[in-house]
Amino acid sequence: MDFNHTDDRRMLADMAGRLVRDQYDIEKRHKMAASDDGFSREMWAQMAELGLIGALFTEEAGGFGGAGFDIAVVFEELGRGLVVEPFLSNLLAGTILAGGNDSQKAVLEGVISGETLLALAHGEPASRYTLSHVGSTAVKSGDGYTLNGSKAVVISGDTADHLVVSARLSGDVEDKEGIALFLVPANADGVHARGYSTVDGYRAAEIALKDVSVSETAMVGDAHDAYANLETSFALGTLAVSAEALGAIEMCIDMTLEYLKTRKQFGVPIGKFQALQHRMADMMTEREQIRSAVINAAGNLDKADRDWNISALKNLVGRSGRMIAEESIQMHGGIAMTWEYAVGHFAKRIIMIDHMFGDVDHHLEQIIKFGRAA
Amino acid sequence: MDLNYTEEENAFLEEVRTFFAEKLPRQLSDKVRSGKRLTREDQEQWHAILNDAGYLNAHWPTEFGGQGWNAIQRDLFDVEANVAGAPRVVPFGVNMLSPVLMAFGSKEQQAHYLPRILDGTDWWCQGYSEPGAGSDLASLKMTAERQGDHYILNGQKTWTTLGQHADWIFCLVRTSKEGKPQEGISFILVDMKTPGVEVRPIILLEGTHEVNEVWFTDVKVPVENLVGEENKGWTYAKYLLVHERSGIAGVGDALASIDHLKHIARDQKKDGKPLADDPFFAARLSEIEIDLAAMRTTNMRVMQAASDGAPPGPQTSMLKIKGTELRQSINDLTRRALGPYAMPFVSEALETGYNEEPIGPDYANPVAVDYFNHRKTSIYGGSNEIQRNIISKMMMGL
Repeated sequence: MDFNHTDDRRMLADMAGRLVRDQYDIEKRHKMAASDDGFSREMWAQMAELGLIGALFTEEAGGFGGAGFDIAVVFEELGRGLVVEPFLSNLLAGTILAGGNDSQKAVLEGVISGETLLALAHGEPASRYTLSHVGSTAVKSGDGYTLNGSKAVVISGDTADHLVVSARLSGDVEDKEGIALFLVPANADGVHARGYSTVDGYRAAEIALKDVSVSETAMVGDAHDAYANLETSFALGTLAVSAEALGAIEMCIDMTLEYLKTRKQFGVPIGKFQALQHRMADMMTEREQIRSAVINAAGNLDKADRDWNISALKNLVGRSGRMIAEESIQMHGGIAMTWEYAVGHFAKRIIMIDHMFGDVDHHLEQIIKFGRAA
Repeated sequence: MDLNYTEEENAFLEEVRTFFAEKLPRQLSDKVRSGKRLTREDQEQWHAILNDAGYLNAHWPTEFGGQGWNAIQRDLFDVEANVAGAPRVVPFGVNMLSPVLMAFGSKEQQAHYLPRILDGTDWWCQGYSEPGAGSDLASLKMTAERQGDHYILNGQKTWTTLGQHADWIFCLVRTSKEGKPQEGISFILVDMKTPGVEVRPIILLEGTHEVNEVWFTDVKVPVENLVGEENKGWTYAKYLLVHERSGIAGVGDALASIDHLKHIARDQKKDGKPLADDPFFAARLSEIEIDLAAMRTTNMRVMQAASDGAPPGPQTSMLKIKGTELRQSINDLTRRALGPYAMPFVSEALETGYNEEPIGPDYANPVAVDYFNHRKTSIYGGSNEIQRNIISKMMMGL
């Protein structure tokens, strides 16, 4: 076993960390989040230039990373800055495109160079966290397909140039078989995106597909593999947001620690009070536990117990992340309730991450299912 | 970053597993697995087997006859020992006193005591806590007054684990009342057969005799039994607490306990179906497994840092807290898994040679006893509250 990162990966983390520290203060972040796009295209170009997007993809896919630990170190740093640029949506959709045809792979090249933006339009209004839930339909017509349906809370769905859309060729709404994935230009006729902000300052969209015509070659990979490809994409996405939560958790703890040392009440720094010290100790212990769970998930991505480790991670991030987010606000007191003070924004991100790719209960249920199967 | 064992680690595990498969007597592992009480003879037998194989002191530096195992190797061994159902090594001599003697003892003390610890001639116990000095250990009052070539010891130690079996006790005693309480403490070795030493049993809440009071009335101890310098004992005791990182998380014990719990949950029925399939039970078990998987990695991260020579940090305390809470939650769930059969208690059934029909399932009798007994784990070795104090002091410096 070796818990030290390779030099290359340490450099990658340092580079991402430096960018966040030097160029991504919270004021600037809020400004970018509040812009029309919800992020900065300039910043995105710079991030592409530094290779932060390429680090998320394998060499085969045109990147130069793509291992679990590449994703984890990049997203941890993104979490420390509450970075709003669309890393997650491009990771999710790009992972699927990596298994596509040549022209789809060419689109992915554009993603890695920062010119093209993708989003994965998969979840639907009634799917909650059930990955196989696809009510949207793909009906064969002529040389192509006609897509109809509604996609819900599509991360970065309003600024994407292309959407990777899941739609059902056959079967019942929650069947794992019969799903297909299509690459659809966001400006195709019949695609309508209603964009909005999320409570933690990111962008998402409700997307309506109305008689959208796509060619046969718009299908990504073999329909037979669509569910497994979605599973892979979601496993990477879960790892990514969990590592991002870890970064936000570190910030919450750093800020709270600093506050305990400087804020005085009753004539002493409030960190002198044991009622707060012990809770802080528990927060730091849980942070180490979450870091370990990130390591377990990242290190087992290509192993048989990938999904167990992913669900274990997401459950722990949801459970202990909530404790840390809530305690960070509570221990700060009133100041944490203000927009101006940063800790609340980190807390919001941690809590909202529980709503992506399955929450605490969803993943506990998965772990129970894996236990039964064993 | 690599979660796979290295070739060396795999070879090490192979060697260790072979050892347990070949050398751990079935009669001992059966007793451990079925929760029976181990006798001093059981402990001595296992101690001797480990010593013959060179594993008893494998973590000692080579210049003292050990193999210089690092923290990772020690931890892997500990996990395998638990999984194999090996008795826990009584730690007082080989793991607690020995490192202090190697670091601070005289050449004569090292040459005299270390071999006797290994071959089992001397069984040691620890004399730290006193009735008035628990978490506030430095307030201890037992005195050692110098009179010529001797110290005269007066006072009382308590919570002395397995003191009823011990030949010797290492004690923290007060040799000075000057300065801060920590500055007047010395570390001294006492033969339990010396006149004036009296051991009185303390029966724990679940009925077992595991700990004792040890009373000292005008006990004459030769000055050469002092370890290191007079009034430096606190430093020596702290050295041990801080450097003892292996095994603190109890990963091996947790793994063995959760296996046992799963076995029980498959056997117990609720509404005619295995308890393991009950959604509430399964949720509680799964949460423990999630925490345990993370703690295994947290533990290995700390062990690697220790093996790489990193100074001890707050992580040791984190492992103590997490490890004990997790094992207590396993004990708690195991108790609940039994339903009403957690209640019957036949004390004699915990002894070797009891052959009567068990009441309820054969695994039931020790479960509640273990649950109550293991409440001690968050109290001893620096209570979990003290561990939280240590973490916040290290991190906040307030």
